Amino acid sequence: MHDDPSDELELTAPLVPFFVMAKGRVLPRDSEYEHTTMITAQDSALATVRTLAPEARAVIDLLANGYLSVAEVAAHTQLPLGIVRILLAQMADDDLIHVRNPVPHAERHDPALLTAVLHGLERIRTGA
Amino acid sequence: MAWSAYEPERKSVYLDPKVSRSVKVLVVGHFAVGKTTYIGSVSEIEPLQTEEEITEASVGFDDLSETPDKTTTTVAMDFGRLTLSDDLVLYIFGTPGQERFKQMWEGLSRGALGALVLVDPERLEETFPILDLVEAFGLPYVVGVNTFDGRTHFPLSEVCEALNLPDETPVIDCDVRDQDSSMEALITLVKHLLSSLG
Repeated sequence: MHDDPSDELELTAPLVPFFVMAKGRVLPRDSEYEHTTMITAQDSALATVRTLAPEARAVIDLLANGYLSVAEVAAHTQLPLGIVRILLAQMADDDLIHVRNPVPHAERHDPALLTAVLHGLERIRTGA
Repeated sequence: MAWSAYEPERKSVYLDPKVSRSVKVLVVGHFAVGKTTYIGSVSEIEPLQTEEEITEASVGFDDLSETPDKTTTTVAMDFGRLTLSDDLVLYIFGTPGQERFKQMWEGLSRGALGALVLVDPERLEETFPILDLVEAFGLPYVVGVNTFDGRTHFPLSEVCEALNLPDETPVIDCDVRDQDSSMEALITLVKHLLSSLG
């Protein structure tokens, strides 16, 4: 398996450890920055982007063009979800992002919501 | 890839700016049951992957033996997206079913509308731990029996009986490679959620 010497030179971990990226901050509460929380960059964030750490800059660059869920931010930046949530909490404190929370948990039994979901799926299935 | 013929048209990476409400469902099942293929069949974007860190009890091997009894593992998880209307988006998360991923389920199941449990009829016994998890987290669910290529067709009533499912739980055939069949499974789930409201 190790015939190719270049294998040994391949990096198996990021150059910057995750605890450095997180700057010692802890994870936000579970109910904040969930997988389906939607985020975009504030216009003012673009002016400060050069002062940010590389990971935060990557997130703001990505979010400069529109809304994405937290899970999508993690996937596109290839950062672990926990790191992304910590970065986003910091960015919200610094007024760099807009946050749209997912539908509250209590509303998942709301017939109007479920009916809207059903109609959306049926419309997609029929290609309307 | 075999299922590319069914691949839906992909949308922009970004959400429609008017989308203000997001909901999610989970697609669960044992290893290699077809969760990733399923997500590829329904998602409007290229399926994506997150890396999630979970803490689990460590095995007492070698260099781990001197660490405390917890270790951190990274789990990759697939997901996709469907924009349902001007202001509503649905995320579909493929969730691994092993008991040791329970911690991940806590975050993912919170607020989830329900779950689609994918089943391989030739490996039914592997579905029991999944059903235990789905029930432990109080998720309403439907069962989709993946109709793999060239497999014997299993009557749904037999699957239902073998899994000892409650009578009201819908069990359907689902070809995870096929967009229509996969969409139908989601529709069955949401209809079930609506009917359970009474």
